[in-house]
Amino acid sequence: MAFSLAPRYVFMLLAGLLLASFWLSLALGPLSLPLLDSLQALLRLCGVPLDGAGLQQAELIVAQIRLPRSVLGMCVGALLALSGVIMQGLFRNPLADPGLIGVSSGAALGAALVIVCGSLLGLAGLPDWLQSSALALAAFAGGSLVTLLVYRLGQRDGRTHVASMLLAGIALTALAGALVGLFSYLADEQQLRSLVFWNMGSLNTASYARVWPLLLIGLLALAWLPRRAAALNVLLLGEAEARHLGFRVERLKAELVLATALAVGASVAAVGMVGFVGLVVPHLMRLLLGPDHRLLLPAAALAGASLLLLADLAARLLLAPAELPLGIVTALIGAPFFLYLLSRGRY
Amino acid sequence: MDGVLQARQLQVCRGPCAVLENVELTLPAGQVLGVLGANGAGKSSLLAALSGELEPTQGQVLLQGRPLRAWSARERALQLAVLPQSSTLNFAFSVEAVVAFGGLPHSEARQQTEQRVAAALQAADAVHLRGRNYLELSGGERQRVHLARVLAQLWPGQPGQVLLLDEPTAMLDPAHQHGILQAVRQLAGRGVAVLVVLHDLNLAARYCDHLLLLHQRHVHAQGSPAQVLEASLLEQVFGLPVLVQRHPLLDHPLVLIR
Repeated sequence: MAFSLAPRYVFMLLAGLLLASFWLSLALGPLSLPLLDSLQALLRLCGVPLDGAGLQQAELIVAQIRLPRSVLGMCVGALLALSGVIMQGLFRNPLADPGLIGVSSGAALGAALVIVCGSLLGLAGLPDWLQSSALALAAFAGGSLVTLLVYRLGQRDGRTHVASMLLAGIALTALAGALVGLFSYLADEQQLRSLVFWNMGSLNTASYARVWPLLLIGLLALAWLPRRAAALNVLLLGEAEARHLGFRVERLKAELVLATALAVGASVAAVGMVGFVGLVVPHLMRLLLGPDHRLLLPAAALAGASLLLLADLAARLLLAPAELPLGIVTALIGAPFFLYLLSRGRY
Repeated sequence: MDGVLQARQLQVCRGPCAVLENVELTLPAGQVLGVLGANGAGKSSLLAALSGELEPTQGQVLLQGRPLRAWSARERALQLAVLPQSSTLNFAFSVEAVVAFGGLPHSEARQQTEQRVAAALQAADAVHLRGRNYLELSGGERQRVHLARVLAQLWPGQPGQVLLLDEPTAMLDPAHQHGILQAVRQLAGRGVAVLVVLHDLNLAARYCDHLLLLHQRHVHAQGSPAQVLEASLLEQVFGLPVLVQRHPLLDHPLVLIR
């Protein structure tokens, strides 16, 4: 196949891009640090004894604000992109998106429930950090529950039918959307505002407490997914063909759905809704590297992490000192790009 | 002779309706069995039941004497390969990559898979497609690539293995129809038991050792090509007036429509 760039170079470029985005993400913001300072501050954090004027302030900013935000962004971007690859493989359709199995809409419903009915549920008396954890947990639980329901609705005679899953996902997404709408209707001004902002996603609530679960899930995904690359390749032939080639397809599908629910659920719970990363990144990587999942999975993880960091930089800088919601930036980048792909017929 | 693949008292249902009833079938090592029948006679359902895709409602399928469901997925893939009627691959894999999927059950070094792929492409007369994007191939070319894939799965072929083919010649030009069936015969020559669903009665007469004629969910006739390709049987099953003669050079039955 005539892919213009050897995979080795693509990976070198992607790794370079991620390092550069990470570095910029540590340095730039409403209060920009010189690039060198941010690097030195990071090294100091890692225990390298460096001294210099202003480094203490730089270290404080990097440690307290920029580092958790950047790591969270990388994790979310990588997990969303990996989920996109998984869904496109599972549905054998390059236009599939992690939202298809209902995990995003379920998470939105969980979040809306807590935002609007939080006081009724007795959450108002809790300290702030617990309230925001309750929001994340409710979003994660909502996403997982809806996904589980979609998976169960897709089962017939002991087999999972991905077409039924797709339809169940559409129906449950509509239902969850209606319920979110109902909550929005019942919400007061303040709650409505929270709801709207949650739906647009942002990394500005980043903290180490938010980072650890995602880092753990991200590392799990990176350790586990490459073992399923060959199975994902064969699944593109068709489920029967994959079975004839000795793969346990039912188990594989359950694992893939579970992995997506976990990855997207945790991401959305941590930062709110961030669209298009899971759709566009796998696509772009497939154009560069072809459909082989052994290359596609690591490339999507790298590119997704970079894209999210760059989008977050744009969100921080475009209207500084105010901040744009991240979901708006990814949609602004992602949707035109998607239209461009469609118009070229390369989907 | 004991069959490598056996079906006993097989009944298969799709939904509430039985699509196959009381099928007895034995596939001996090294032989090619052709399955004939009108559309809807149950040919594809038979293949699905024999490959484990469709669980029989009665009876059982035995591979090397062991029930099919008792085999682990991986072990079975080393013994049984299936070529479906058509595949729905929608992603831009290279031809070699598709054929190399056939090597996956073997978990071997890349070099061995490359040899396997080369041999299979050769046997399926698809060497010239090497390096092409699968999506840019014609229907017939794709079918040959998938044939190469299942040949690679069993390559080089040994007694005990089974190959099931669902209308492998449907989309091919006459030269490739013969080419593919010759490749299949070669594999049978190394001991692989082959079952092939065919529509072309004369191809079946020429390349199959035994034929099985399905009619309205039942086995209507079973035996050598000369026994099965008989005018009265064919008229009952296909509803066409036919004339059966001998091939002047090869001496197998030749079916002509009157």
